[in-house]
Amino acid sequence: MSLLHTPKNRPATKSVQLMTTCLCDAFFADVARATVEILEYLGVDIELPDGQTCCGQPAFNGGDWNASRKVVRHVIKTFKGSKPVVIPSGSCAAMIYHGAPLAFEKETDLPAVNALAGRSWELVDYIVNGLGVKQWEGTFKAKIAFHSSCHLRGSESSKAIRQLLNSINGIEIVPLDEAEQCCGFGGTFSVSFPNVSTSMGTLKVEKLLENHPDYIVSADMGCVLHLGGIIDKSNNNTPRLHVAQVLRDALKNAGKLKK
Amino acid sequence: MNTSQEIDAYARDIKKDIRNAVYDGCKKTSEKRYSVLASDFKDADALREMAGKIKQHTLEHLDDYLQKAEANLQKNGAHVHWAMTGEKANEIIADIMRQHNCKRMVKAKSMVSEETHLVSYLEKQGFECVETDLGEFIVQIDGDHPSHIVKPIVHKNRRDIAKSFEREGLGDYNDDPTTITRRARVYLRNKYIEADVGLTGANFVSAESGRIVLITNEGNARFCMAANRVHIAIVGIEKLVPRDRDLAIFLNLLARSGTGQQLTVYTQFIGGPKASSQPSGPEHTHVIFVDNRRSEVLASECKEILRCIRCGACLNVCPVYRQTSGHAYRSIYPGPVGAVLSPLLAGEKFPELSDLPKASSLCGACNEVCPVNIPIPDLLLRLRDKAKREGAKKGMKGTPPMGLWATLASQPGMWQAGLAAGHTMNYIPTEMIPHPAAQAWQASRKLPKFQGGEFRKWFKNRN
Ligand code: SF4
Repeated sequence: MSLLHTPKNRPATKSVQLMTTCLCDAFFADVARATVEILEYLGVDIELPDGQTCCGQPAFNGGDWNASRKVVRHVIKTFKGSKPVVIPSGSCAAMIYHGAPLAFEKETDLPAVNALAGRSWELVDYIVNGLGVKQWEGTFKAKIAFHSSCHLRGSESSKAIRQLLNSINGIEIVPLDEAEQCCGFGGTFSVSFPNVSTSMGTLKVEKLLENHPDYIVSADMGCVLHLGGIIDKSNNNTPRLHVAQVLRDALKNAGKLKK
Repeated sequence: MNTSQEIDAYARDIKKDIRNAVYDGCKKTSEKRYSVLASDFKDADALREMAGKIKQHTLEHLDDYLQKAEANLQKNGAHVHWAMTGEKANEIIADIMRQHNCKRMVKAKSMVSEETHLVSYLEKQGFECVETDLGEFIVQIDGDHPSHIVKPIVHKNRRDIAKSFEREGLGDYNDDPTTITRRARVYLRNKYIEADVGLTGANFVSAESGRIVLITNEGNARFCMAANRVHIAIVGIEKLVPRDRDLAIFLNLLARSGTGQQLTVYTQFIGGPKASSQPSGPEHTHVIFVDNRRSEVLASECKEILRCIRCGACLNVCPVYRQTSGHAYRSIYPGPVGAVLSPLLAGEKFPELSDLPKASSLCGACNEVCPVNIPIPDLLLRLRDKAKREGAKKGMKGTPPMGLWATLASQPGMWQAGLAAGHTMNYIPTEMIPHPAAQAWQASRKLPKFQGGEFRKWFKNRN
């Protein structure tokens, strides 16, 4: 609808390649782990291409499209084949199906980029719209503030995530003022415009904490890195979770997954 | 915090009350926009997309539509002029004034006249020129610049304005908004009567009928025309719509997007100078179509920005604009639309404004509210790429160089070695990492514990 056009007719077989994302690889191992656990719970067979690194987004957003294309070409080499590529991050997914085709507009290997775009899914989009899972089993007795990350705008993911979260037993999603406002991360923006970025993040944290949630939940570890970075500098210690962790813990709490 | 970016420094140093005024004004208008669109239309996004398509179509056939518009304007009795540059537009206007023996101009709001610096040009030529839009009037008496394309004085509060009025001899200090408005009205009424030429912009021009469409809330554009012998409309060439009926969708979207109103108070359709049967109205109508680098933009990879109908919604919703205010952008057009348009309109001075496209987290809120669905984040990205390709240094300041990272990220062996080695980061405080990016991050944010490679290990060893 708007900036993102989730590709149509993507494959949704139960044998997938997982793109861990560099943030999970470096900082958030448990998010990747939760992703594997919920996908396997749903009977999905997971291949983890060993050569994977990053999706190329930092350079793409930073304006160095040459460098970005170099990385995207590596992604294409690493994620060969025709299986769906599942990505536990709205922004990395958007890089693959929206950003990369933009950066390759004038390149001869655009078809390969489009082919990868045409089989890439943000995790919850894959679960809800790919696999047709419309409800989540399990229990998660907590108040959460859900930060819908900017890269979900216009995609199917935002709706899908709300739908799944709302179906979990015991969960309460608190209302959020200015929900459409960004967390201020923006990749390299966070270090090249540190003052604006921090003001945006501080404001977002204020709004997210306004109704005293037990957790802040998002589908993008980029946002969480930023929000968490600000929260950890303050006296507050509200924990942050990726949606995948909530889904996994809900299953565990209901005894459907081993603790 | 230290920063190498001007806009970021501006946001850091901005006075609190200005920032709050901008923030609150933007938030309120954004919320009004959202609620009026949601309550009036089942699928406002479909309307935005349709409006975007109509504008895009117009741009793709702009030469045809401009010819049509010219022919129909002439049929209506208007004189049509063409100005490739802003200076040329100013000269044409001064010539028209001389030709009709005019000395005093009253002027309605027009962004393209800001681009050409019309008022200062005319004043230098010895003409009087008075802004009649209340906001622009205040900007004029203060020798200030508009900081928003719809609400030029969003950065001022009523106390500032009351002081300016007192200074200008418009009455004793009084910061009651109604009093301020009434005083401006009394002052401007006389100006309308004394003037001999009225200048307006145009929100739209229908190619099919040559109708000029103007919308205002104050009715000042109407006065500017009605009370004068000569009406001059200064119009960017992108302001066309193909047919009168297309106006329906644009008028439905423009006020709702810009101010959260269903319609502005006044909507005028101007079919040329007064007919002999009409008791009043201008005897002469001149329309000046201004290019001022628009055809360059049209030929660029960012041509979609010319769809813009100047509603200001992208400014209001933009989290960066809310923190910085419009003046931070150092150009006529601030905010998301300005971050794309201003560097392009700067022509060979692009490098000087190459930091504007960087002043965005690429959150996409602008795209989501734009009544003509301009993919602003994509255009910002294209300009970032352009700045890098052309070596425009201003844009690159503070952005970590990506070459080494790209090499690492395309060589799995090195990447994995990096993941393993990164653990040393857990033993040094981020404050100690001698990298400018790390410094910029740690000043206000912490990094989580490094866990490089742990997931891969778990994945391999489970079962
Ligand atoms: S770019 Fe779109 S939202 Fe921004 S001022 Fe123009 S029409 Fe309005």
